[in-house]
Amino acid sequence: MKKLLSGNEAVARGIYEAGVKFASAYPGTPSTEILENVVQYKDDVYCEWAPNEKVAVEAAAGAAMGGVRSVAAMKHVGLNVAADPLFSMAYIGSNGGLVIITADEPSMHSSQNEQDNRHYARAAKIPCIEPSDSQEAKDFMILAYEISEKFDTPVLFRMTTRICHSKSIVEFGKRKEKKSKGFTRNFQKYVILPANARKLHLKVEERLKKLEKYGYDCPLNKLEINDTRIGIITSCIAYQYAKEVFSDASYIKLGLSFPMPKKLIKEFAEKVENLYVIEELEPFLEEQIRAMGIKVIGKDKLPITYEFNTNVVEESLLNKKSFKEIKVENLPSRPPVLCPGCPHRAVFYILSKLNVHVTGDIGCYTLGGLPPFNAIHTCVCMGASIGSAYGIERAMEDDPTGKVVAVIGDSTFIHSGITELINVVYNKGISTVCIMDNSITAMTGHQDHPGTGKTLMGKKTHKLDLVKLVETCGVKKENIRSISAFDTKELMKVFKEELAKSEPSVIITQGPCIFIESKDKKWKLFEVDSEKCKVTCSACLKVGCPAIYKDEDGKTVIDPMFCLGCTVCAQVCPFDAIIEVER
Amino acid sequence: MRKNNINVLICGVGGQGILLASEILSEVLIKAGYDVKKSEIHGMSQRGGSVESHVRAGKKVYSPLIKKGEADFILSFESIEGLRYLEYLSQKGKLIRNTQKIIPLTVTIGGAKYPENPEKIAKDNGIDTVSINAIKIAKDLGSDKAVNIILLGVLAQYLGINKNIWTKVIVDWMKVKKLPPKIMEINKKAFERGFNS
Repeated sequence: MKKLLSGNEAVARGIYEAGVKFASAYPGTPSTEILENVVQYKDDVYCEWAPNEKVAVEAAAGAAMGGVRSVAAMKHVGLNVAADPLFSMAYIGSNGGLVIITADEPSMHSSQNEQDNRHYARAAKIPCIEPSDSQEAKDFMILAYEISEKFDTPVLFRMTTRICHSKSIVEFGKRKEKKSKGFTRNFQKYVILPANARKLHLKVEERLKKLEKYGYDCPLNKLEINDTRIGIITSCIAYQYAKEVFSDASYIKLGLSFPMPKKLIKEFAEKVENLYVIEELEPFLEEQIRAMGIKVIGKDKLPITYEFNTNVVEESLLNKKSFKEIKVENLPSRPPVLCPGCPHRAVFYILSKLNVHVTGDIGCYTLGGLPPFNAIHTCVCMGASIGSAYGIERAMEDDPTGKVVAVIGDSTFIHSGITELINVVYNKGISTVCIMDNSITAMTGHQDHPGTGKTLMGKKTHKLDLVKLVETCGVKKENIRSISAFDTKELMKVFKEELAKSEPSVIITQGPCIFIESKDKKWKLFEVDSEKCKVTCSACLKVGCPAIYKDEDGKTVIDPMFCLGCTVCAQVCPFDAIIEVER
Repeated sequence: MRKNNINVLICGVGGQGILLASEILSEVLIKAGYDVKKSEIHGMSQRGGSVESHVRAGKKVYSPLIKKGEADFILSFESIEGLRYLEYLSQKGKLIRNTQKIIPLTVTIGGAKYPENPEKIAKDNGIDTVSINAIKIAKDLGSDKAVNIILLGVLAQYLGINKNIWTKVIVDWMKVKKLPPKIMEINKKAFERGFNS
């Protein structure tokens, strides 16, 4: 069977065909759809959302030690969170095959940096596999498990946004069942006390040498000898752009990009007249090739930042622009915005009115930093909002009471905000924390988490009670306020009360993401009564809702296609000009 | 089958059904015997931000992204969105635009101006432009969600792929989605309206 699949869908298929029995992930763009697609094979592959990436890798590592093929998937920055078990497992190795998927994001479409995670493979001394389309994403996944078990190593499977989210045709295979090998106690292997680790490190170095030899003629690395005037060494999506520009050149396409097959590269370099290394982001291959004393053209011409495309490769290497430049001046931009009906809107509206520093976190609510709210003033990484608020307060020379609010989503709080809150209480901080509880992991496309009471495989489970959890962290009962995310007056009142306190407090604003119930729910609809509306006041526009705009006659109107009737604009209208109408 | 690749860039605003349209187009191209690649960016917001999707078909397709200067069509779901991508069009390329306006927040509150005559901007840049009021047709048919099928109908006029393939793919999709019979009828009519526009 052949089907058009995204890289993520294809990897999920590869996981299934490889006989994997355990899969875990924390959602993160562009990796999220991997586990969302593994779940269609849930009769054969047990799969779950983990509270964070470290948990996902540790559980997958446990399953691998327990004797089954297992996988953990995450976005590139998720691997930072999971780096600790990754480095340990590099010594321990596998039993059942262990594959860690990292989805890197050149151009940062939905990320805070564009780190190149091939460096992790090199730092942890484990093999790195890079597919260049969906078919390879599936096929290489199966090979990744063969390598993991043959060489007793975890494998880093590195994709990028353009691999994850591009679709190409994939030919399906059959699942090969793998029996569990079971867990056999092996003190020297599984307990990395210093005495054992010292011996294991020697093995790791041996392993790398064997893997490099394997790379010389393994099915992951592809040699294409055509015109030898130009030779190109490349990997991942960059191969596709290179093929568009240099269709007749000779190629080494590295599917196993670490450890690099030096002998293969040396022989290739001797065959070709001019050698290019075409890779997105870091000069990962290039620096290693240069270190072999081989002359190449690479990052001296190609950019080190952002995604490539065919134009970038052509312009950088051939100095050629083969299109007519057309820039339409003054087109209004259309940046991402909080959706109509979003439960975060009223909270940011209120925060923008309060004169406070707001430390933000990772999620849809980071958009609260954009106009008209401008109400996020720091954003570092998952879970950092609470630590940032606490640190800023510590740095204040006068009384920090009432000056800082940390905002964090429910999923992010569970991911890595809990220990931050414990720190605030333990070290006698005073931070005001707002958990924006929309009952889902929203930005990545609505995944369940321990606070939703449902598992990835659709089972009902214990629903983490945020109020009880916060209380257990040591926040006083009277300082924990659970309120509606849509009531502007109540929000203002509660924020003022909690900010006035010189002790830790947590405000939980509750309102489900519009996408959770969008199918069944009957949404309300509002309209502007043009007789009552004093057009110049523009109060309703300040809630930053994409459903409200001024029409050609300058009248304020609500687009019925977008309005979901959240009432926030109606609440802030001083003339009661926004009224509910029948949908 | 065409000798050259077919490149279609679909753009618009999150929530307009762009990704679905590119799925249907890709399926049609596969059924017509092409190798197909398709690529899009899932941005940070679900609704209200710019969305673009690239669909490429040919004997063998490498890059999932269209090269600037090589798009055969831009299918713009919103009045001005297509103007952002004009340099993707080939010399023979065509801009198909829905005249529906969706005013961005940068205009509502940011002081930016929404262009008065987007069609003129395109034509002044020498772009072969077809404009259609798909939202009006959709409302007439009884569902504003039919915009994407109408626009696919317009594209189908020019793409030269057997119409039966189109209708089969659309019907199959509606069956998979278990759409109610009333909506199925609307979508069938929507495709015809676009195709015969």
